[in-house]
Amino acid sequence: MIIVLVELDEESAEVSREALTFARSLSAAGGGVPIDAVVVGDASADEVADLGRYAVREVHRVGGDAFAAYSAAAWAAAVLEVQRAKGSVVVMAGGTNRGTEVMAHVAARAGAAMAANVVAFNGLAPFTVNRQVMGGAVLEEMLLDERPAVFTVAGHAVEATPADAATTPAVVDVTPTVPEADLVARVASTEPRPQGEGSSLKTAKVVVGAGRGAGGPEGFGAVSELADLLGGSLGVSRVVTSLGWRPHHEQVGQTGTRISPDLYIPCGISGAIQHWAGCASSKVILAINTDAEAPMVTKATYAVIGDMHEVVPAINEALKG
Amino acid sequence: MTNVLVCIKRVPDSSSDVVLTDDAQAVDGRYAGFTVSPHENCAVELAVQIAAATGGEATVVTLGSEEAVEQLRGVLALGCTAATHIVADAPTYGPADVARELAAVVRDHEAAGRSHDLVLLGNDAADSGDFQVGIRLAYELGRPVVTGIATVEVTQEAGVDVAVARGEGPTGQDTYRLPLPAVVTVLEGGVEPRYPTVSGRMKAKKIEIEQRQPAGTPGGAKRVRLFLPPAVPSQVTVLGEGPDAAPAVVGLLAELGVTR
Ligand SMILES: Cc1cc2nc3c(=O)[nH]c(=O)nc-3n(C[C@H](O)[C@H](O)[C@H](O)COP(=O)(O)OP(=O)(O)OC[C@H]3O[C@@H](n4cnc5c(N)ncnc54)[C@H](O)[C@@H]3O)c2cc1C
Ligand SMILES: Nc1ncnc2c1ncn2[C@@H]1O[C@H](COP(=O)(O)O)[C@@H](O)[C@H]1O
Repeated sequence: MIIVLVELDEESAEVSREALTFARSLSAAGGGVPIDAVVVGDASADEVADLGRYAVREVHRVGGDAFAAYSAAAWAAAVLEVQRAKGSVVVMAGGTNRGTEVMAHVAARAGAAMAANVVAFNGLAPFTVNRQVMGGAVLEEMLLDERPAVFTVAGHAVEATPADAATTPAVVDVTPTVPEADLVARVASTEPRPQGEGSSLKTAKVVVGAGRGAGGPEGFGAVSELADLLGGSLGVSRVVTSLGWRPHHEQVGQTGTRISPDLYIPCGISGAIQHWAGCASSKVILAINTDAEAPMVTKATYAVIGDMHEVVPAINEALKG
Repeated sequence: MTNVLVCIKRVPDSSSDVVLTDDAQAVDGRYAGFTVSPHENCAVELAVQIAAATGGEATVVTLGSEEAVEQLRGVLALGCTAATHIVADAPTYGPADVARELAAVVRDHEAAGRSHDLVLLGNDAADSGDFQVGIRLAYELGRPVVTGIATVEVTQEAGVDVAVARGEGPTGQDTYRLPLPAVVTVLEGGVEPRYPTVSGRMKAKKIEIEQRQPAGTPGGAKRVRLFLPPAVPSQVTVLGEGPDAAPAVVGLLAELGVTR
């Protein structure tokens, strides 16, 4: 059996669906082994039905005082309790921050290896996977020969696709007993994110990007306006955040946010692999750059060759007019 | 007084083209050079700040080849005052092996009367990206751990030293309060790493680096091989040059259904 840790929050839900899609192909290769989901918190009827669309057999709904606030160790304890009860051989999650953190706890507790950012599996016996390293510039084939095999699926490496036939998952409530030691590193408080910051970049349908080509902290007016006109978010390169032109939460890339919009418009961004790591799963890329040979231009779907300070205002005027 | 240990890794600089070693087990950094990940640079900055604020010591540790001394010196120049070098071939160490070796350093130092109340690591190494050494280290030491942290301060609460760690959660900024000793892994973005000063570099040169052999035999990384993803031929459609391309862009935006 395959266990998938499913996260329900808006930002992570899609990556969880991608992990379930990956699990389904793994299940098919293994002759149809069942897929169970572990969710922490009150999964609603709609959320359970959504898991049914991804062919989940059983939903283990984790609750109790120990889960009132997030603790990775407690979540891992819950996942392992289900894993042991079911004797499942695979435990996986989407490659979100928490998904990765919980899987690393699961692996450490189970004495198993963990593969982060898996994009494909090769063979089942022995079980080997391919995963992204160096921000996706390199792939690693890795052996997961312990049981359970523990891994996360790289965000946006597979497209979330519902199963041909939906299931009606059984819901099982689990209330694990969690030792105090697993609750020490628990979220003490959360400052809700201001509207339109950070999170929206992860889920935005359109992202307008800006890099060193912006020229300085005052060079972001036109790109911000374009993002507003398209109802999208602004994303920037690391050069921009390092120079202090824009805040770090806007950074796209290996050490920033991974985005997967329908359209990404990088302006004055060269397309270094670490930046590409964060935007490669954009459906369409329209690069605006003075250099026709910049990697961002050659990898893009569409490009305009020119100065962003002339091109972007002209686009804005055309959109408004 | 909080003594901080910060763990860094010598990694190939990936800013230019990536080349693999002949045995396909590692990235060949001989041409591009070597560096330390941005996450770890932020961990170093936090270590130096916390040590200064509490009158403690900031120690840096790495497991790596002889050449990794270059990265240790670089960090000493930033204000760490002690360094430990576990001399070993990092690519043959899996994350569990590295965690075990780092734990051995903490235990040995503690037995010698040097505590490391707070251990800081990067959230993920820039090359292997295993996302787990910090968590495994915490289990080795029996300490609490949080990951993906942007800022850490140490305060006293009811006579106990507590690390107040903040990082981005799925709905906003999460705060954790960990009684020390604890392990924290750091993400870029919360602090601005400082640059070395000339006097910092001079001081660093005089510090004797503790060299040690690995405490155990590595189980090994589960790496079968590394390979490069196939290069995708350019399929770009150039819509035009300069501001004259605006109408073509607007046409495309309409076609994609993203105009309002
Ligand atoms: C471990 C590691 C992690 C990293 N993580 C990230 C990350 O998360 N995100 C990230 O972005 N980077 C990251 N980097 C940095 C990355 O390697 C690049 O340095 C960075 O992405 C370059 O930013 P840039 O494209 O804005 O600047 P540059 O590379 O300097 O490119 C500027 C581009 O703008 C074009 N240009 C200049 N003027 C104009 C103009 N007026 N109009 C139009 N075009 C113009 C130029 O032709 C050029 O293509 C990381 C690096 C390392 C080593
Ligand atoms: N060889 C090493 N020596 C010292 N610290 C390391 C080493 N490998 C990993 N680390 C630390 O562990 C963090 C996470 O690494 P990883 O789990 O491999 O992605 C890194 O950012 C470093 O802080």
